Amino acid sequence: MVHLIANLLQQALGAVGLSGFAFIINPIVSAVVMFGGISVFVMFLVWMERKVSAHMQSRIGPNRVGVFGLLQTVADALKLTTKEDIKPVHRDKIPYYIAPIIAFVATFAGMIVIPFDKGVSVQNLNIGILYVISITSFTVIAILSAGWSSNNKFALLGGFRSAAQIVSYEVPLVMSLVPVIMTAGTLNLNNVVEYQQKAGYWFVVPQFIAFLIFITSATAEANRAPFDIPEAESELIGGFHTEYSGVKFAMFFLGEYIAIIVSSAVAVTVFLGGWLPLPFLGSLPIPGFAWFVAKLLFVIYLIMAFRWTFPRLRVDQLMDFGWKVLIPISILNILITGFCILFFGKGV
Amino acid sequence: MLEQYGYVLVFLTAGIFFILGAFITGWVLSPNGLLGLKYKYKKEILVDTYECGVETYGSSWFRFNVSFYLYALLFVIFDIETVFLYPWAVSFRQLGLFGFGEMIVFIFILLVGLAYAWRKEALKWE
Repeated sequence: MVHLIANLLQQALGAVGLSGFAFIINPIVSAVVMFGGISVFVMFLVWMERKVSAHMQSRIGPNRVGVFGLLQTVADALKLTTKEDIKPVHRDKIPYYIAPIIAFVATFAGMIVIPFDKGVSVQNLNIGILYVISITSFTVIAILSAGWSSNNKFALLGGFRSAAQIVSYEVPLVMSLVPVIMTAGTLNLNNVVEYQQKAGYWFVVPQFIAFLIFITSATAEANRAPFDIPEAESELIGGFHTEYSGVKFAMFFLGEYIAIIVSSAVAVTVFLGGWLPLPFLGSLPIPGFAWFVAKLLFVIYLIMAFRWTFPRLRVDQLMDFGWKVLIPISILNILITGFCILFFGKGV
Repeated sequence: MLEQYGYVLVFLTAGIFFILGAFITGWVLSPNGLLGLKYKYKKEILVDTYECGVETYGSSWFRFNVSFYLYALLFVIFDIETVFLYPWAVSFRQLGLFGFGEMIVFIFILLVGLAYAWRKEALKWE
């Protein structure tokens, strides 16, 4: 579909006599399609989160706007756009406006390398894993500058806590992927899935501990409960986005959900076999894209279920868990995997 | 090769424009915006720092806990370690036993550093 639109636009450009700019059409069209697709998916996820929460608390959840309340998020988005843009007087202007932009753009650009199906990704970078990890970690800058520029004590505290937390869980997150890279011998996300296809198993089986570390750290990176101390409502009002209203708040919200999508997509690709069908179901006529989305929704459901099954951690518990439990375990995991590959042949 | 990273650049630029577009839409539709309702209010109160109704005292750009600084330092060390781990992991099979031994030594030194920080209670939150 992307190619169809791109071709049409290129012909239109040629007709006006601007065919020299044709090379820029493809990336722009894919960016617009990706933005549209991801916005709709985020709206669905917000609805899903509210339904999951409601179910877990024996409530009904949104059910008034549209069928099953599916349009509730659309109504909420409209409400947020028509809200007044309150600009606190004491703010530090430039970082105040840059923060929501970075929060969105950094995670949005991470979507480029995600393979939705065999060979279907916006760009198949050969350093895919490294790229997606490095570009999504820019969100810490957004959170820090939002907390600092609001000139609000709660926002500043939230920003600092969040920066410390993201930075601490970045290390186990990155290290949990190393055993997979050692086994597959590549950083290309497409090739990682192809390795799993050839090997006949998903990496979640031999690397289950790495999978657990990855999911835990990804939840912490996205500032979600039980690691939501940066925006703990009962302590810090709203954390770093206390002073943001209307569209700017919506952008933080969007960025947060895209961060969940990106890290879940990486987990699906690396540990759960990406577009590969479930074992024994390979003969069914289901396209790889559907398998990918199904696994993605499963991982996102896991992260949503965490929110209602674990109590929020205290700051010191949180830091201890990151530095004294997750990092030693992930280092040990790397060493054991290396040992197994060297002395027991190809497997693991 | 470089063309692939052109996509990254376009995505970053397009993302900024999407956000600016959303800001402009918000400005057009919001109250006292271009098309929104016009009304008057006591602006000083609305745009003051939000602290649940209590008037704020002093600036909030104050000194902060030194623990944040210690964690940041440790993070830099371990992040650089991961920078070394990634290329090593990609060519792990070619490097063989020697590369593995080298990495064990490297990780061991870092673990000693972590143990030292742990012992000195740099990882203790106060």
